[in-house]
Amino acid sequence: MQPRILQIQQGVLNKNDEIARGLRARFAAAQVTTVNVVSSPGSGKTMLLQKTIERLIARGYRVATLVGDLETDNDARRLAEAGAPVRQITTAGNCHLEAHMIEEYLGDWDLEALDFLFIENVGNLVCPSSYDLGEAFRVVILSVTEGEDKPLKYPPIFNSSDLAVITKIDLAAAVEFDSEAAHASILSVRPGMSIIEVSAKTGVGMDAWVDLLIKRHKSE
Amino acid sequence: MHELSIAYNLVEIAADAAHKAGAQQVASVHLRLGLLSGVVKDSLLFCYDIAAEGTVLAGSRLEIEELPVIVHCDECGADTTLETIQRLACGNCGALTMDIRQGKELSIDYLELETDDAAENTANSAGRTEQE
Repeated sequence: MQPRILQIQQGVLNKNDEIARGLRARFAAAQVTTVNVVSSPGSGKTMLLQKTIERLIARGYRVATLVGDLETDNDARRLAEAGAPVRQITTAGNCHLEAHMIEEYLGDWDLEALDFLFIENVGNLVCPSSYDLGEAFRVVILSVTEGEDKPLKYPPIFNSSDLAVITKIDLAAAVEFDSEAAHASILSVRPGMSIIEVSAKTGVGMDAWVDLLIKRHKSE
Repeated sequence: MHELSIAYNLVEIAADAAHKAGAQQVASVHLRLGLLSGVVKDSLLFCYDIAAEGTVLAGSRLEIEELPVIVHCDECGADTTLETIQRLACGNCGALTMDIRQGKELSIDYLELETDDAAENTANSAGRTEQE
């Protein structure tokens, strides 16, 4: 037996990236703005999306959501209450969504009839960072209860995101949240990222966030 | 932990290439892993054997070359290697930068195959015969 070198030079996630490119082209052709929302569990992702969807619908936009969860369709049911179509992707233990799941679950949805598609990723700050889902942009959520240094603990997910939303800002005083320190740690791992602070509960910052989504949609 | 899923993808690509090259056995798989790829080396090593089981890669070694992050600075023009991924700042002037030149890699570099000498020789002599 003789050793022999076989050059490969191929990305391990090429297959995912290829499907993601196909999805991105479909979204662009249908003029639907797709947002991949990532965060740790319990960051207020579902609540934020629920309130965001209500506001977008009130302003005449057509919205749909794909929700990834390990188990249960509780989040999907909560989001359906906001009045937009929702499909649940139960990943059966998988800790992240992959592009082929998006393709499969989109199924026959008429993308032409949508302005926004939100993808609520599985609550996890590690795994989703490696997987492109064909989104127009990736939003990472950090709640004030998680600590200002969280971005420093999970650089890849923050670095790969396009926008940061700090949630539960109504609790900031109670948990002695240091906004300046949080902004500094986000910008340290992801220089130049836009950061928005919101409270889905009280509505603080929600207009700025929704305006930004609409601006982004119009620019596409 | 998504490293198992990554390991399955890796094994699929490598096994396919090994089959096409006519390898009976693979000695090692060489992977380039950037520190900003979001993949943890030790977890991937742990998952590799599980994913390789029952394939031509069974019993092979996974060799991972970890690549530090290199950024380019727009302010001073320097390319520097980061000491930490907690701060994307130029090592020369300290300016923050998102111009990442290395560190997001997750790719198979090469395989080290073990091929049957006899088969190889036959193939070589057949090749020579054709040339003559």
